Amino acid sequence: MSEPIRQPRRGYSVRSLPGFAVVAVFTFFALYAPILILVAFSFNAGTSLAIWEGFSLRWYAQAAANEAVQEAAVRSLILAGVAASVATVAATMAALATTRTRRFPGRTMIYALINQPLMVPEIVTAVALLIVFAWIKVATGHTSMVYLISAHTAFCIPFAYLPIRARLETMDYTLETAAKDLYASPWKVFSRVTLPLMWPGIIAGYMLAFVISLDDVVITEFVKSAGQETLPTFMLGQLRRVVTPEINAISTIILAAGAILVSLFFWLSRGRR
Amino acid sequence: MESYSETAVEARRISKIFPGETEVRALDDVSVSIHRNEFFTLLGPSGCGKTTLLRVIAGFEPPTMGALFLAGTDISRLPPNQRPVNTVFQNYALFPHMSVANNIAFGLEMLGKPKDEVRKTVDDMLRLVRMEALSARRTSEISGGQQQRVALARALAPHPEVLLLDEPLSALDLKLRKEMQIELKRLQNETGITFIFVTHDQEEALTMSDRVAVMNAGKILQIGSPQEIYQRPAERFVANFIGESNFLDATLSGHTATLKAGGAHEVDPPEGVSDGTVSVLVRPEHASVRVGEPKTNEMAATVETVVYSGEATTLHLRLGTGEALKARLPNSPGGGALPGQGTAASVSIAPGAVTVLKD
Amino acid sequence: MAEVSAMSEPTAGALEREAERDDNRTRWLLSLPAMIIIVLAAAGPLLVMVVYSFLTPGDYGNVKWEFSTQAWVNTILQRDIFDDTLMWADAHLSIFWRSLSLSLITTVMAFAFGLPTAWFIATQPPGKREFWLFLVTVPFWSNLLVRTIAIQELIRAEGVINNLLLLLGIIDEPLQMMFTNFAIAFGMTYVYLPLMVLPIYAAVDKLDFRLVEAANDLYASRWRTFWRVILPLIKPGIIAGSILVFIPSLGAYVTPRVLGGGKNLMFGNLIELQFGQGRNWPLGAALSLMLMAAVMVSLIWYVRVTSRERSNV
Repeated sequence: MSEPIRQPRRGYSVRSLPGFAVVAVFTFFALYAPILILVAFSFNAGTSLAIWEGFSLRWYAQAAANEAVQEAAVRSLILAGVAASVATVAATMAALATTRTRRFPGRTMIYALINQPLMVPEIVTAVALLIVFAWIKVATGHTSMVYLISAHTAFCIPFAYLPIRARLETMDYTLETAAKDLYASPWKVFSRVTLPLMWPGIIAGYMLAFVISLDDVVITEFVKSAGQETLPTFMLGQLRRVVTPEINAISTIILAAGAILVSLFFWLSRGRR
Repeated sequence: MESYSETAVEARRISKIFPGETEVRALDDVSVSIHRNEFFTLLGPSGCGKTTLLRVIAGFEPPTMGALFLAGTDISRLPPNQRPVNTVFQNYALFPHMSVANNIAFGLEMLGKPKDEVRKTVDDMLRLVRMEALSARRTSEISGGQQQRVALARALAPHPEVLLLDEPLSALDLKLRKEMQIELKRLQNETGITFIFVTHDQEEALTMSDRVAVMNAGKILQIGSPQEIYQRPAERFVANFIGESNFLDATLSGHTATLKAGGAHEVDPPEGVSDGTVSVLVRPEHASVRVGEPKTNEMAATVETVVYSGEATTLHLRLGTGEALKARLPNSPGGGALPGQGTAASVSIAPGAVTVLKD
Repeated sequence: MAEVSAMSEPTAGALEREAERDDNRTRWLLSLPAMIIIVLAAAGPLLVMVVYSFLTPGDYGNVKWEFSTQAWVNTILQRDIFDDTLMWADAHLSIFWRSLSLSLITTVMAFAFGLPTAWFIATQPPGKREFWLFLVTVPFWSNLLVRTIAIQELIRAEGVINNLLLLLGIIDEPLQMMFTNFAIAFGMTYVYLPLMVLPIYAAVDKLDFRLVEAANDLYASRWRTFWRVILPLIKPGIIAGSILVFIPSLGAYVTPRVLGGGKNLMFGNLIELQFGQGRNWPLGAALSLMLMAAVMVSLIWYVRVTSRERSNV
């Protein structure tokens, strides 16, 4: 009489650790639940942020009709558009200069400077800018968007730089050598070979910079002159008052715009060659 | 010495030093002149400097010292886009964002050729490399062998004075490589362009070249026709790198070399070798073996190992002096009797098959 | 031959030097716009701030151009209003302590949830990993303020959690979660969690599972294998993730402002205070430089850990 061989219920795997999967699934749930609740209540017919009273688009209508929201949204978009454009051009040039090279004098310094905005807490940069810009504003009396634009451009540069540099580093340098060999002048090499090949990196960099500028609240809060609210600083101000689902509606629109840009970024940086 | 009009490329005392923690002398005082319409091959192990020499000729690397002449004109200062020299790159370097036809047209467009001429030349080139059907394809959508042809067509389209080929066949499988060797030779004949070909494959070099330069450690060791390189290598490195070799000790006296293991052979010693003890080369296929006592000019040997390899059988022999010797014997249809392992045998060497080496 | 070459040959290395000089010049010119923008609108102002930290506060904000080290003294000390003796600035010290402890708690919580999550992603079939990674990354790139608002709405007295607990009869009256240290730590864990997951994922992804099999083969149980083999091997990823969470937590401004309210200040809010109601710009500048120094120390540690990890590969 022989014992039947007992099969383990599941195959033993060195990759599974008990409990880890449960915590992981909970974490994914916890990452998305607050956002989904926020989005859900933007469609609430009532004024509550916790009790569902039926589906309605009234808060979207209210936000859209709110002149302060309109103005802040337009300002956010213009600011992000200009800052991301300038930052992307500057970052593209810098990426061309700092990749695919031997060590040249000053390279480390250029690297350090380009990444400097990432190294310092935003609040520190924000008050430093407040100090300097306050001084300039008093001295010149000039209070246009130029302060916001230059501050945003500066912290967008490292974000635009990253994907462009990554793209350049995976690019085959012999393609440019081949173009040179085939009688292309340096400018032709750039316009006919380098630029077309690095486009996906440039677009990815632009989108990243755009999202970063659109999201910024700390630096904007300290640099803006009176009446220069962006969507995030407007929302931050609103939080001090009674919160209605209008905030949720604006948040949902910001989330959707960001999600689209980030998904595009991922798709582009998956590196189709 | 040839007149300048016969010389396509002349490298004069070129050195290339790559600085760094360990300074690399990639080219060490290299001088070479390459004739017009010649298929010239730079052959050597990886890191010997052959690709660096090619890149210096193309203009991708400035030389540390020395000068470079194209048809008698100093082009050392000319950037690559102004040199009438084109390159077929090792990985082909086809532009992935352009079609096959646009790749081929690129050089012509950069030279500012009129549209009609560009179109006509591209068509000619497509026909030359038999790629007419695929002209609109993206370069990522064609096979490795086809990419190879496009790379060739692209480099040939501007009709350069010199075509540089940097191990262009190394990525292809054996069968395709053999086909492309013949194809390259045909293209060179049809276009009459000087080809400078870089390879580490000795068989490829011997098959295709008019002349071969064997390189090692940044220096050119010997330049000659494939026959000269194979049959009369000047140095042990060259002999060893190309084909299989036996090195034996001998005593040289005028035009006679007497092997230590026995037998005197008429030789043509290279310049700079004086009478006395020398090293000589005997190719395995130039030795023959029979069972029995050695006669005049034969050497006594013991068979140590017998290795069968299809078209031939190689016997590893131990000579009376203790020296090792390999002999390759063609296999006859009947499978004639060969001496077995452990038997005593006699080795004879074909007349003229003993080559005195410089070192 | 010799005289010909002597005539036409450029001096040794001349061509190389020329090419190198041209190349260096091009690279510098290309880097210039980015560097100018950053110097003007990011790096330069930090230097100005050093100057400001040694000035005297103005009566209505801003500064008077008189040298003073008072701001630096005031970062940790204060004068008694009555007898003018120097004593510890308790308010500041308690804020420093809150910043430090909440950042550490955030890091530990992020690790507790981040490690299993990273492990889970890295042990998925290769084709699916990208999807899960994407799921972790999307919230990270979503607007930080919006995510903080989402947490606020969740834990408010009239929020979803309290409503749910009341409905289930677990509590009788709403829990006060907003404007507490808990709210700040919870919010920061939520917003910075992806920064923990990504580097640990990278470390687990690189882990050679044959080593785990070898440990199992040598009679180690699952948990002993985890402690003795897996954890030491992915330690660089854990350290990197921890520093990446710790640094922004220490400098956090938005999350403590929204969730901590006016009472539970962190370092960033203390700095803001000096430029608002406090009207003490030099003190604000000095505090900012202190925060920057703390972050720099962490960053240097991070760079050392990651570069050691790279050299080990």
